Amino acid sequence: MNATTMDSETAPPRETAPGQSELSETIFRGLCFGAATLLMAALAGVVISLAIGGWPAFKQFGFGFFTSSAWNPVTEDYGAAGPIVGTVVTSVLALVIALPLAVGVSVFLVEFCPRNIAKPIAVAVELLAGIPSIVYGMWGLFVLAPWFALHVQLPLMTSTSLPGWFQAMIAGIPNGANIFTASLILAIMILPYMSAVFRELLLTIPSQVREAAYGLGSTNFEVVSKVMIPYVRRGAVGVVMLGLGRALGETMAVTFIIGNSHGFPHSLFDSGSTIASTIANEFAEATSDMHTSALIALGLVLFILTFAVLAIARLLLASEKH
Amino acid sequence: MDRTLRRKITNSIFVVLCAAATLVALAFLVMILWSLVAKGFGGIDANIFTMTQPAPGSPGGLLNGILGSILMCALGMLLAIVVGILAGTWLAEYGGKTAYGQVVRFLNDVLLSAPSILVGLFVYEILVKPFHGFSGYAGGVALGLLAVPIVTRTTEDMLTLQPNTLREAGMALGAGRGFVIRSIIWKAAGAGLFTGGLLGFARISGETAPLLFTSLGNQFVNLKMSQPMGSLPTTIFQFALSAYDDWQRLAWVGALLIAIAVLAVNIVGRLVARETHRP
Repeated sequence: MNATTMDSETAPPRETAPGQSELSETIFRGLCFGAATLLMAALAGVVISLAIGGWPAFKQFGFGFFTSSAWNPVTEDYGAAGPIVGTVVTSVLALVIALPLAVGVSVFLVEFCPRNIAKPIAVAVELLAGIPSIVYGMWGLFVLAPWFALHVQLPLMTSTSLPGWFQAMIAGIPNGANIFTASLILAIMILPYMSAVFRELLLTIPSQVREAAYGLGSTNFEVVSKVMIPYVRRGAVGVVMLGLGRALGETMAVTFIIGNSHGFPHSLFDSGSTIASTIANEFAEATSDMHTSALIALGLVLFILTFAVLAIARLLLASEKH
Repeated sequence: MDRTLRRKITNSIFVVLCAAATLVALAFLVMILWSLVAKGFGGIDANIFTMTQPAPGSPGGLLNGILGSILMCALGMLLAIVVGILAGTWLAEYGGKTAYGQVVRFLNDVLLSAPSILVGLFVYEILVKPFHGFSGYAGGVALGLLAVPIVTRTTEDMLTLQPNTLREAGMALGAGRGFVIRSIIWKAAGAGLFTGGLLGFARISGETAPLLFTSLGNQFVNLKMSQPMGSLPTTIFQFALSAYDDWQRLAWVGALLIAIAVLAVNIVGRLVARETHRP
């Protein structure tokens, strides 16, 4: 009894340890929960706002919005087919270019490269992933496009010995701003990203699995192609989808170099547009409410495309965690 | 014998191809950095940091863009750090294992690589259209939305790395769960949380697409967040696509500045992360 009275003179009486007040516990927990919910609300908000904003365009053009390649702000006639095709074609092409390179890089870093060099190279490749998209765009516009026009497009166009179907595939203005160079830039952008994730996947393979294969006398190639890649196959598909998701939504780099023409691209070296590049180019200067709505409707299409691809990617990658 | 030889040759070709792929990737990094330095470094002078963007043909700098970028990134990071650390803490310490927690984590992962231009459209719909005007606030919120998933993810990862004995020790002294998290776990994971912030910053400092129709751009120095605001990336976009040589030169300088900032932040982040992973 004596002790408590003495205590109360120097410090206020405490019945609980610091930080055990019920109230502050509840508030803190509530704040954390609120923040997590806010994240979900943000994603839901994106979908809802795009659906509401794009609704007038969907109502006006119906299913024809997806099949028409008209894009005319003067007559208020909009169709999404051109940008949708442009988006899918450039992304898939970028993936075709980047995938073998990404597999090569990650296999080299995990299997063949001495450990002390592998780490700096891996960091360098990941730094490539950190460079902002607008820098890639400028590099594409001022360095890649002129080089490509001079050393690839012109020689190909002037050579007469090419078969007709190939000439049709590469028809276009030789200025380097086309579907193919856009895909090339996209490939350079998704390459470091894909190889970083793929490398992490390969590193999760238990060394006994690889060593067992080597013990049977397999060559490096056989170990990689018959043991390691099959071992992480689901995750590998996830990596592919992740790269595709990135490429689908990439905006600035593509806007710089794709040529920005509406309608269907007719050849690999024809100018075109993607959903993201169309929005970036026109949204701030949209001439009418219907123009704005059509652009937001395009955004919703892009959201659905990327969400589906990224969701599959994440599910596959999550199922790979043994 | 023939078969062994064939296998050996196939293998050698494979190894060479893998090495070549790595060389190609590194070559791109070198080429891009080289172009940036070659075209941008010569243009860096005092004007860049003291003058606003010029009319074509007259001297000028990037001050309006630099200030705008700093302000909007600061607002974005403030939002991202508050929301991201709290959300990451909830995932790691409270509800991460519940069904709801798994949904939140999944959607956060999707948001992590969602197209930034769609975030711009969303912010346009909720902050620009209702208030009839582009503003620095809208730009900052758009950037914040892009950084939140990164901070959340890193926070969760870093908190999960902290040993349970730390939590048990705190609770055994009679402290409540939230108190233990705030004064023990957050401190122990401090460097990791810092890395998360740096990674988030690296992501948003070069973002252009979401700013095009939220902050719009401003050719004058403007410190009022309620007004349209210039930013380095949107200035680069405008100048690079212009027909004037001196504007294009300024665009290269801007691109170099952004690249230096992003690479420096990335490298510092990595160093900090490496220090903390050391036992």
